[in-house]
Amino acid sequence: MLMPGPKSSVLSRITPQLIILGVALLLNVIVLPDFFHIDFRNGRMFGNLIDVLNRGAPVALLAIGMTLVIATRGIDLSVGAVMAISGAVAASMVVDGHGWGTALLAALATGGLCGMWNGVLVAVLRIQPIVATLVLMVAGRGIAQLITEGKILTFMNEGLIHLGAGTIAGVPTPILIWIVLGVLMMLAVRRTALGMLIESIGINERSSRLAGINSRVLLICVYLVSGFCAALAGVIVAADIKGADANNAGLWLELDAILAVVIGGNSLLGGRFSILASLIGALIIQSVNSVILLSGLPPEFNLVIKALLILAILVIQSPRISYLLYMLRATEPRQDPGQSKPKEEAAQ
Amino acid sequence: MKLKNTLLATAIAFSPVAAMAGDMTIGFSQIGSESGWRAAETTVTKQEAERRGINLKFADAQQKQENQIKAIRSFIAQGVDAILVAPVVATGWDEVLEEAQDADIPVVLLDRTVDADKSLYLTAVTSDLVHEGKVAGEWLVSEMAGEDCRIVELQGTTGSSPAIDRKTGFEQGIAGHDNLKIVRSQTGDFTRAQGKVVMESFLKAEGGENICALYAHNDDMAVGAIQAIKEAGLAPGEDIKIVAIDAVPDAHLAIANGEMNATIELTPNMAGPALDALEAYLADGTEPGKWIQTESRLFTSADDNQAIYEAKKDLGY
Repeated sequence: MLMPGPKSSVLSRITPQLIILGVALLLNVIVLPDFFHIDFRNGRMFGNLIDVLNRGAPVALLAIGMTLVIATRGIDLSVGAVMAISGAVAASMVVDGHGWGTALLAALATGGLCGMWNGVLVAVLRIQPIVATLVLMVAGRGIAQLITEGKILTFMNEGLIHLGAGTIAGVPTPILIWIVLGVLMMLAVRRTALGMLIESIGINERSSRLAGINSRVLLICVYLVSGFCAALAGVIVAADIKGADANNAGLWLELDAILAVVIGGNSLLGGRFSILASLIGALIIQSVNSVILLSGLPPEFNLVIKALLILAILVIQSPRISYLLYMLRATEPRQDPGQSKPKEEAAQ
Repeated sequence: MKLKNTLLATAIAFSPVAAMAGDMTIGFSQIGSESGWRAAETTVTKQEAERRGINLKFADAQQKQENQIKAIRSFIAQGVDAILVAPVVATGWDEVLEEAQDADIPVVLLDRTVDADKSLYLTAVTSDLVHEGKVAGEWLVSEMAGEDCRIVELQGTTGSSPAIDRKTGFEQGIAGHDNLKIVRSQTGDFTRAQGKVVMESFLKAEGGENICALYAHNDDMAVGAIQAIKEAGLAPGEDIKIVAIDAVPDAHLAIANGEMNATIELTPNMAGPALDALEAYLADGTEPGKWIQTESRLFTSADDNQAIYEAKKDLGY
């Protein structure tokens, strides 16, 4: 978190996530000793670590929006479907002969519109977020299929492809996109009061409103940002394979995004949040995926391994275990308890 | 004179229809449009029927068995000459098939079979998934001609029957050739995106120069993998040989561009052999075998892939 105050508070907030990320990367090194080896090939950085950062881009982007939504005590199940829609929109625009800039803007606008739809259902009609966003989760893939007419819509527009498969100064574009958007969003919520207002809605919406916060507009904006992030992820995924695959683009990624937020130590009950921790959560998930792919085990084991690793991560982060660790450290002499205080606020 | 010519032309134009055994009407209950291949199958079936002057009644079941059963009942009520069904699931067909049999209407299964007594349908036209994999394996055996080759495999969705059968078939195809070895095998879920991701990990885990061939259970994964190979600075089709299954238009395009080496066709023309069998049966009662296997044709750079691509791309794939 870029909270004004001592730097150690940011660091201590993300310490558990950094440790887990370190362990996940260590597992990768065990299955493939030269995991960290990076070289230049074909004018682009080439290596497993680059793959983790690059392949983690869609979930990282989704996690940025999802963190804000979850901080308001909401949830956005529609992001996977919104990815499919925006990818289809971008692809059909360039196939119709528009430039990549227009296509990108159209896709982002579509994503924003989808987010606004969710926001209106939640903030104005007061439908519970899980149900409100379920509507678009189910319908969205159908809408995407209508746009692509049920087939994989392929395109050859170099500009659009560059967003997913290209590089800038040797770094794959998706990596730069999610890092830049992540930093901008962290600045936006922490250098202004925006983050605090979002947290206050998540903690108690009624009292926030009574205190003068326009919670309705803020909620709609938060879902809009989530839709926008999903649209960006959708364009990247489509550009990566030079085609919009309405059936498979973003399939089940909403669950990975929620998982990234949870691994990031954010509470599903809203309140305090950290975008940085969610982004590390997304990288943890991708590192786990990488272990599975590099291990060379038969694919029948994929889901079991992933489930076990994720379970281990969540158990380590559980309030009960944190409390035990806290007690253990508190019994040691000359230990400053303030340093190892568990995140009780985040866990309640 | 002019009138006479017109009459003659008309007579010639209509003669094939007149030569048919009356106006044949056939009902076709299709699953829906779950994939590009399915859409192509529908297009080809309509083309085949039109070419033979058959009146085809088409019913789209939208992936629901009850819709298929309703469609078949309505075909029976309309008194069609025969029924084609692409069954969405394997079970639950006995009753409606008996109704068709009571009405003396032959039923031909397309693309998939059912768990029902064989006497209840005339024949089933399907491809042999194991055979497809075997053709791919045999192609690679002859292509390598005894040279050592480390193969990576992109499997279909774990546990699905095409993935299991195409894996088994390929292993049968390369059995007994110790120079060929599958060194890595992982699922790419039949999708382009996952095919690309998994190929990236193969390239790093094995080292691109240590991989000699890629076998993908479908063309979409191969198309994704081609992009990963290019990004790694290698030449797909040359540095790494690529063989896959389905023969979708984009695979023909890749072969035409020299980025892929071979694909085995899962033909969308299931209706052709089915209608041949039906015409023979309705004409003089020739009973076909209970299983008609479609041809699993191998396409390589020896074929005119650009032309095949142009012909296939509008079928709805």
